[in-house]
Amino acid sequence: MDAEETKLNRRALLFSLALGGGGLGGLIALHQTLPRDESGVPKLFRKTHAANEALARTVLSRGKDREFPGSSAVEPRNNYHGGTPEIDLETWRLDWEGQKLSLADLKTLPEITQTTELKCVEGWSAVVTWSGARFSDFLRTFPPKKAYEYVSLRSEPEGFEDDWYYVGIDLESLLRPQALLAWSMNGKALTPEHGAPLRLVIPHKYGIKNIKLITQIALSAERPEDYWADRGYDWYAGL
Amino acid sequence: MKSAPKHPLAIRWLHWINFPVLLLMLWSGVLILWAYDFYPTQSFRLRVPDRVHFYFFGIAPVYGGADDPAGLPATKYVASLGYRLAEGMAWHFALAWAFVLNGAVYTVFLALSGQWKHLVPRKDSLKEALKVALKDLLFWKKPELAHEGEKYNHAQRLAYSGVIFLGLGMVVTGCAISKPAQLQLLVQLLGGYQAARLEHFLITGLLVAFFFVHVAQVVRAGWRNFRGMIVGR
Repeated sequence: MDAEETKLNRRALLFSLALGGGGLGGLIALHQTLPRDESGVPKLFRKTHAANEALARTVLSRGKDREFPGSSAVEPRNNYHGGTPEIDLETWRLDWEGQKLSLADLKTLPEITQTTELKCVEGWSAVVTWSGARFSDFLRTFPPKKAYEYVSLRSEPEGFEDDWYYVGIDLESLLRPQALLAWSMNGKALTPEHGAPLRLVIPHKYGIKNIKLITQIALSAERPEDYWADRGYDWYAGL
Repeated sequence: MKSAPKHPLAIRWLHWINFPVLLLMLWSGVLILWAYDFYPTQSFRLRVPDRVHFYFFGIAPVYGGADDPAGLPATKYVASLGYRLAEGMAWHFALAWAFVLNGAVYTVFLALSGQWKHLVPRKDSLKEALKVALKDLLFWKKPELAHEGEKYNHAQRLAYSGVIFLGLGMVVTGCAISKPAQLQLLVQLLGGYQAARLEHFLITGLLVAFFFVHVAQVVRAGWRNFRGMIVGR
């Protein structure tokens, strides 16, 4: 009986020490030694993000995000982290696979108005009314020469190199009906703070993908580079 | 002859797997919380400091250098909570699967093994649990023991069955927050996206409260009780 008790005590004590000290120490050691990719992000995280993305793309619906009454719209925060680029809207052109399109060209597309919730990866959200053209209508009217799976959208206004931004999105997500190339917010033309003259609105992706002041859109067979994915975030960022 | 273990092996394993998983979920959740550290409800704002530093022998953190506005070199801190959102999300969305899987196996095991009978509340459990709680709080003696032949007293029954629902609540609100466009009906049921975030946070608070009471009671119940969850006897 006593020998049995001693054995049980020893086993329990060893387990507690192993879990407490060894567990924490091992975790910190593991954390420090995880293999990382060139951006410093553990490869394991890239893999778990990819697995979650694969699941989201197969299991979940392709339906629309919730739409709100226009009366509940507010002005969202401006999350430009440097200065806000203010460009000459008259000379702005969208570079679409080599074609140069003006805002007037884009406004020939059917205008869609929708009130959806913009959700920031940080956690805040804002219900906003947007007007613009469906990305799917844009593709139909200005058909590309080749069909690819991914789309690169870039904001590279001249003279504002510090604020350049770029996102990569899967075409499948952009073809959903709520993905808009928007030129107006809450009934007024976009202001520079919110991406004048043209920005992407895609409520089923985090705000980081809703790129402002688009200067270039191009199709790509590979996953295009993405500003925040390069900094450790999930590339897909689907909601 | 050996008597049957107080806790079956499966429950002991699942319990101890859950402990580090939940701890890391809490840690990564805090990293996410710090990115936008208040809940914009009408009634109250929760705010936390932007940055807390713990220096740890100069070991480098995962991220921090590039997005650190304070300009601190990345090698100088390990436990800064600010500007680690990407890392927090990566841990959180990976470990959530471990939490879900562990919780599901635990629940199924309880159901199939008959162990659920030990922790399902009785008709008078709420009343009796209050008595137990008052006695435990007012007279700081040995905790109330279960009745003869019973594994748990009434307060334990309520706590251990209730905590399963807290876990379920974490998973449901967590799913709503991570895929709000896909699960918009669930989000609406929870009162909206920001409401779901707040609920996720509040249930976290309840789980943390459970943890502290649980640990305090285990400490008071003594070594043999604790040993029971490790070696079974």
